[in-house]
Amino acid sequence: MNLSLLILAPLITAVAVLFCGGLNRIRWVSLAGVTAQLALAFVLLVLYWRERTGGNEAAMLFQSRFAWFPALNIWYHVGVDGISVVMILLTAFVMLAAVLVSWRIGTMVKEFFVLLLLLSAGAYGFFISLDLFTLFFFLEISVIPKFLLIGVWGSGRKEYSAMKLALMLMAGSALVFIGLLGLYYSVGSFDWQQISRTPVPVAVQRIFFPFLFVGFGVFTALFPLHTWVPDGHSSAPTAASMFLAGISMKLGGYGCLRVAVFLMPEAAKEYSPAIILLATIAIVYGAFATMMQKDLKYINAYSSISHCGFILLGIGMLTQTAMTGAVMQMISHGLMTALFFAAIGMIYDRTHTRMVDRLGGLLKVMPYISTVFVIAGLCSLGLPGLSGFVAEITVFMGSWQRTGGMYRLATILACASIVITAVYILRATGQTIMGPLKDPKYNGLTDASWNERLAGILLVGGIVAIGIAPYWLSNLLTPGIRPIVDSLGKAINIK
Amino acid sequence: MGADVIFSLRQELMVTAIVFILLVMKVGMAELRTGVILNVVNLLLLANVILGCLGGPVSVAFNGMFHTNPLIVLEKNMLNLATLLVSLLAYDWLKGHRHVAEFYMLLLATLTGFFFMISAGNLLMFYLGLELSTIPLAALSSFDLEKRQSSEGAMKFILSAAFSSALLLFGISLLYGATGTLDFGVLSRRLDGSAYQLFAFILILSGFAFKVSAAPFHFWTADVYEGSPVPVTAYLSVVSKGAVFFIFIQVLYIVFKPMAINWYKILVLLSVLSMTVGNLFALRQERLKRLLAFSSVAQSGFILAGVIGSSRAGEASVVYFILIYIFSNLAAFGVVSLISAQTGKEGIRDYRGLYTNNKALSWVMAISLFSLAGIPPTAGFFGKFFLLLAGAGKGNYVFIGIAALNMVVSLYYYLRVVKAIFMDTPDEPIGKLNIPLMPNIAFVICVVGIMVTGLAGGVYAYIYSLSGGLYGY
Repeated sequence: MNLSLLILAPLITAVAVLFCGGLNRIRWVSLAGVTAQLALAFVLLVLYWRERTGGNEAAMLFQSRFAWFPALNIWYHVGVDGISVVMILLTAFVMLAAVLVSWRIGTMVKEFFVLLLLLSAGAYGFFISLDLFTLFFFLEISVIPKFLLIGVWGSGRKEYSAMKLALMLMAGSALVFIGLLGLYYSVGSFDWQQISRTPVPVAVQRIFFPFLFVGFGVFTALFPLHTWVPDGHSSAPTAASMFLAGISMKLGGYGCLRVAVFLMPEAAKEYSPAIILLATIAIVYGAFATMMQKDLKYINAYSSISHCGFILLGIGMLTQTAMTGAVMQMISHGLMTALFFAAIGMIYDRTHTRMVDRLGGLLKVMPYISTVFVIAGLCSLGLPGLSGFVAEITVFMGSWQRTGGMYRLATILACASIVITAVYILRATGQTIMGPLKDPKYNGLTDASWNERLAGILLVGGIVAIGIAPYWLSNLLTPGIRPIVDSLGKAINIK
Repeated sequence: MGADVIFSLRQELMVTAIVFILLVMKVGMAELRTGVILNVVNLLLLANVILGCLGGPVSVAFNGMFHTNPLIVLEKNMLNLATLLVSLLAYDWLKGHRHVAEFYMLLLATLTGFFFMISAGNLLMFYLGLELSTIPLAALSSFDLEKRQSSEGAMKFILSAAFSSALLLFGISLLYGATGTLDFGVLSRRLDGSAYQLFAFILILSGFAFKVSAAPFHFWTADVYEGSPVPVTAYLSVVSKGAVFFIFIQVLYIVFKPMAINWYKILVLLSVLSMTVGNLFALRQERLKRLLAFSSVAQSGFILAGVIGSSRAGEASVVYFILIYIFSNLAAFGVVSLISAQTGKEGIRDYRGLYTNNKALSWVMAISLFSLAGIPPTAGFFGKFFLLLAGAGKGNYVFIGIAALNMVVSLYYYLRVVKAIFMDTPDEPIGKLNIPLMPNIAFVICVVGIMVTGLAGGVYAYIYSLSGGLYGY
């Protein structure tokens, strides 16, 4: 399969939308476009599966490359392994749901969908890149759409949030850029596979690993660089929040794992305690901060910081199980948080408030939306049978494999944070969904329309599928994680 | 004069010919309408660009005073293209002006000067070319005859230009005293980095820094940019700066090659200062022309980062970036010029809600600003990336780190303008503006240039294949 199709599909859709007239046509063309993306992602999954079961052991499949800037040894080089396939699938799911819930966008509809589609093109490009220049290109390409989506269609302090998000993510990119230059001048190439085969001198790793990890970490809300998350997520329009929390934050985790840890294993070992420390702080701090929030979007944004802490914790632990758990958490959190933001968006569209204390008894008037909301909440607090449980338990088990007081303590603290999660999730759902109807004017509100139902079904389906049968997911991920574990195993122990 | 000399001088001759055609038109056909002159000139400039696309061989004329090679031909043609774009974008402003023919004569005289300067093989020739371009430029910057600010800008320009020329000339004469020659090739063999020569170098460097408005020699920039008519400002910031950078690399890489260790550190300092000062001052500007002026100071800093690379990749990235800069900056100035000519508004606050009535124009502005900020998929991203990549070649990562942080700072003020255009809703946004054909063509060229120059790797490959000749002689 030609992977560039994944980048071309959204671009072609975007161009088609540009030439569309009429509100309905724009919506339907966008919907057709993202459906095609999902179809492509599934085709990719099947083809990938067939290759693997057929005995293809190559690390990266469906590779294609051409020299982009040959003078500088820069290539456009794409390929996928299990991790990328899963991330692509996640992106396609979230994108379809995001377009479905954006049916109510009323102003500048054309621009909205074009920007949203551009965002997805960037994400696909990022996940299939095997050349670090291409990867960086796709990482930064999302700055414009994100800034405009939040600033134009957002709510609340939207301009401030848009600016903060753009600048902080750009700062993260700047750190990544320095790290990439360090690798480039040490190996002489941006080629991911070539760098992975060349041992990078430990002195170089020691300097540039923090740049790469922290740079990507900004995207994944690495403490203390997480401050763009609450503002950005809560000001963004629903679809953009879903994409930001669902996909965009995963770019960082993917980069930390794939680029920073894999290419610089010695430094990863050396910095592992620092990563774990920051991740644990993010988990605990995020959970406590969520308890204080009164706005549903802020609740989800702060809980995202806590949940993305699990991703970083899993990566920082460096064991195979923990890293598999981290990737599972990326998928799980991507689906769950998108579902959460979708449900919050639906509630907000109807009640025009997101404040917990002004909502109440919504189950009576909008049972469908409320159910979706509860499912997202339960997944967030790690109910068995849903994806959150699978991912978190894998991270914990992997973390427990690291012996040593500090690692044990971090694991225990992370486990304990689930209790806090339960507190804020149950409190929020209890106040908004259960009880008597708070405001009589909510009586006439309608339940989800067909498009919103479809979006809900899609994301809930994903969550349940992973929750009930996690084996297919870990099967996909293992071949991608193993080279990372191998390179960590081969890495000389510094201490 | 043999045929080969005419061929290697053809770009200069062509531009001079246009000046003479204009002179004849002005004197012989006095009652010609402004529109006709504009059309004729733009056609001639277009022909000039097309002619320039013919490659050129490596050749030397006038006893080494004048030399040319394919890269220099390309550089000159880039300036031709930029001049054409400026001319197209200035259409609205010029249509109402009484002295169109004079404007173009001055403009092209400047261009001729730049051409001779780039092709110089001798410091004397270099100086002559520079002065040939400086004096008409000063006249151009006072071309808004009714505005006091314009004359004031011109005055400042003359003073600062004279000062920097004096510095250059002093440096050149010291160098002559030290080595007994002004020829590039001979000079480089006679330099050994003694304190005396170093002093001469510092003077020459200061002169250059004035011309490219690198901090701390940038003080004239904002006032002159603000005072001059917008098209002239655009020309100053793109063509003038580009040309000086072209000769600057040659002087550094050829003449001062033996002193590379000495100039490396000075240039790092100059680059860091320019970026930081330019960006910090740009943060608080309320007028778009001043913002673009300080942003151009910062961009000079980034270009210097590529110069510091002092390698083939460094040279190529500088030329490449200037090409991108031509498209990006001219598009931005084009929008400013159009809005200023039709509404007289030049503040960032006036741009609020521009998007409501002028969608295309807003996108042109946004794309050009994103390109200036270095955000993909615009060409600016590739340009900046390669400049810093070349700059990091010497292993100075602290410097590259500062540069990368500066990109974040610069994003803020570019986004401020984008925010005003797209997000703010004033009571009275700018009404629907009418974009005449000529600026429209220029906008299309610029936007296509911004998108294609980066994404299509061929442009960089072409420039790279031409560069690297500087170590040859």
